[in-house]
Amino acid sequence: MNTRRFPSLGSIYFLAIIVLLYLPIALLIIFSFNNATAMVFPFKGFTLQWYGKLFQNRELLKAVGNSLMVGLCSSLIATTLGTMGAIAIVRYNLPGRTVFLAVAALPLVIPYVILGVSLLILFNEFGIPLSAFAAGLAHVIISIPYAMLIVAARLVGFPNNLEEAAMDLGATYWGALLRVTIPICSPALLAAFLLCFTMSFDEFAIASFLVGVDATLPVYLYSQLRFPTRLPTVVALAAILMTVTISVMLFNEWLRRAGQNPAKRVGK
Amino acid sequence: MTENAVEIRNVTKLFSSKRGKNTEEVHAVKGMNLSIPRGKFFTLLGPSGCGKTTTLRLIAGFEQPTSGEVLIQGKPMTNVPPNLRPVNTVFQNYALFPHLNVARNVGFGLEIKRTPRAEREKRVQEALELVQLGEMGNRKPSQLSGGQQQRVALARALVNQPSVLLLDEPLGALDLKLRKAMQIELKQLQVQVGITFIYVTHDQEEALTMSDQIAVMNKGLILQLGDPVTLYERPANRFVADFIGESNFLQGKFLAGDAEITRLQVGERQVVVRSGERTFTPGQEALFTIRPEKILLAAADQATAGSIAGVVQEVIYIGTDTRYLLQLASGQPFIARVQNGCNSALNEFPKGAQVQISWRPEDAHILAN
Repeated sequence: MNTRRFPSLGSIYFLAIIVLLYLPIALLIIFSFNNATAMVFPFKGFTLQWYGKLFQNRELLKAVGNSLMVGLCSSLIATTLGTMGAIAIVRYNLPGRTVFLAVAALPLVIPYVILGVSLLILFNEFGIPLSAFAAGLAHVIISIPYAMLIVAARLVGFPNNLEEAAMDLGATYWGALLRVTIPICSPALLAAFLLCFTMSFDEFAIASFLVGVDATLPVYLYSQLRFPTRLPTVVALAAILMTVTISVMLFNEWLRRAGQNPAKRVGK
Repeated sequence: MTENAVEIRNVTKLFSSKRGKNTEEVHAVKGMNLSIPRGKFFTLLGPSGCGKTTTLRLIAGFEQPTSGEVLIQGKPMTNVPPNLRPVNTVFQNYALFPHLNVARNVGFGLEIKRTPRAEREKRVQEALELVQLGEMGNRKPSQLSGGQQQRVALARALVNQPSVLLLDEPLGALDLKLRKAMQIELKQLQVQVGITFIYVTHDQEEALTMSDQIAVMNKGLILQLGDPVTLYERPANRFVADFIGESNFLQGKFLAGDAEITRLQVGERQVVVRSGERTFTPGQEALFTIRPEKILLAAADQATAGSIAGVVQEVIYIGTDTRYLLQLASGQPFIARVQNGCNSALNEFPKGAQVQISWRPEDAHILAN
């Protein structure tokens, strides 16, 4: 084809995207090793002191703990509920299926700030105190559609009578689910869990309304931006977070692809 | 014990689907009564949407009848879930478990019944050898060809020693040559294991090849039940005659008849056909059918009693046979099939030739409708 016709234009475009996207991140990581409080060139020298300070900051470690707790719990619950939803919409011809799908996917399109405010009002009415628990609950709500869609995509790739085959061979409905459906979906379950976890771990807007005194990591980070001297520590933390998040997402993508191959071969 | 593996008593299955405000009701099976004898190869044959798969699913327990009841081995199966019925199914798409290897797929049913490991392994190996896949136990289903997957599905069902094996178009996804080979293999396997097979297909040739008994279905009803020879040679109605093989249909006015033969007026000519069960009054319209290969063609000047005239429209040479597409004096199309045996002359009746069409009275018969 005409890929050879404009080789320079295509590669310039690609390069521009890469630079715009990743240069700020690369700079951040570079500055996290800079031996100065101000983030300006020239480089003052290499240091690990900002990383060292991170681990002496009890408030920060507590925020990390909160984030891990909220992330783990909310993504476990969201994956479970999302899986149930996915089985319901893929395997059963539910009445009102389209309505259910639309409602379930609503958190995908509602701005998080608005969701945060409305949940703040709702939780207040119900007497649910502002806490890590409240933030976790909110994260379950925003994660469910992602979990559901990931698991549903996996289920669609398999013949829909595998559960029937299992029951035909003597398994009860729950036996069929445990022996066939769940094992087949396991790569998708893990992928959904990881995605929900990273979403919860990074989420700021909703958490900032709901966490109360149990600041999660993004909320804590934001609060620290007021203190210029703490900026390098925040940058170091951001560098760690970014590295972890990107690795998890890459692993997740690899998992999704690895899981899809056999489905294509068997499902025809 | 009863003689019947499966009995279907007055079973109706209604599916209702909502389209906007209208609820549409579809009778998948209408008041079906059917007894399937033990140890036979039984086939449900019909076009897609005729209710044959629904019937199979009613026996397997994946669907519950709207009314009526299903009995397996003489025991009523109402409210018995699929996992507690003494039947196993070979699914159309095989439905092999992609995350388990072949041996564990086959051993799935035994594993659930907590059969001791040693016995399980022995029976799995026997089942795999029965379907000639003895060496394949460690493969994943995705590493097998379609035909091999089909055999695994068969072994997975047979290893549980069901009273009845249900097969839902299991050969549909295979290519023609493999399908033909598997048809014979399946029939031999059925005789070997002696289990009642209930086979669903829309392929009439497949049904004729394998079955001891066939039920021809359309629109939720059984239109004829019989062995392959009866269905082909003595179709009861127009649908069966049309669906199984090729048929010519002619309309005639009743003249006279007894239990053996009936005289009908077709256009200007009188023809003789075999009498059916229906009785007619003189002048009443009667429909009768003749297979294309039972037609005798003769030159136009050799008219005999009971022959009708036609014109050759098209001559199609297909190797073993020659097909003649004819047109009768009434304008109706008519098909004749002549075997190219050792004493037949090729190109005896070229396109445009006038011919006389006749048949032996016992080869033409009156249909009920």
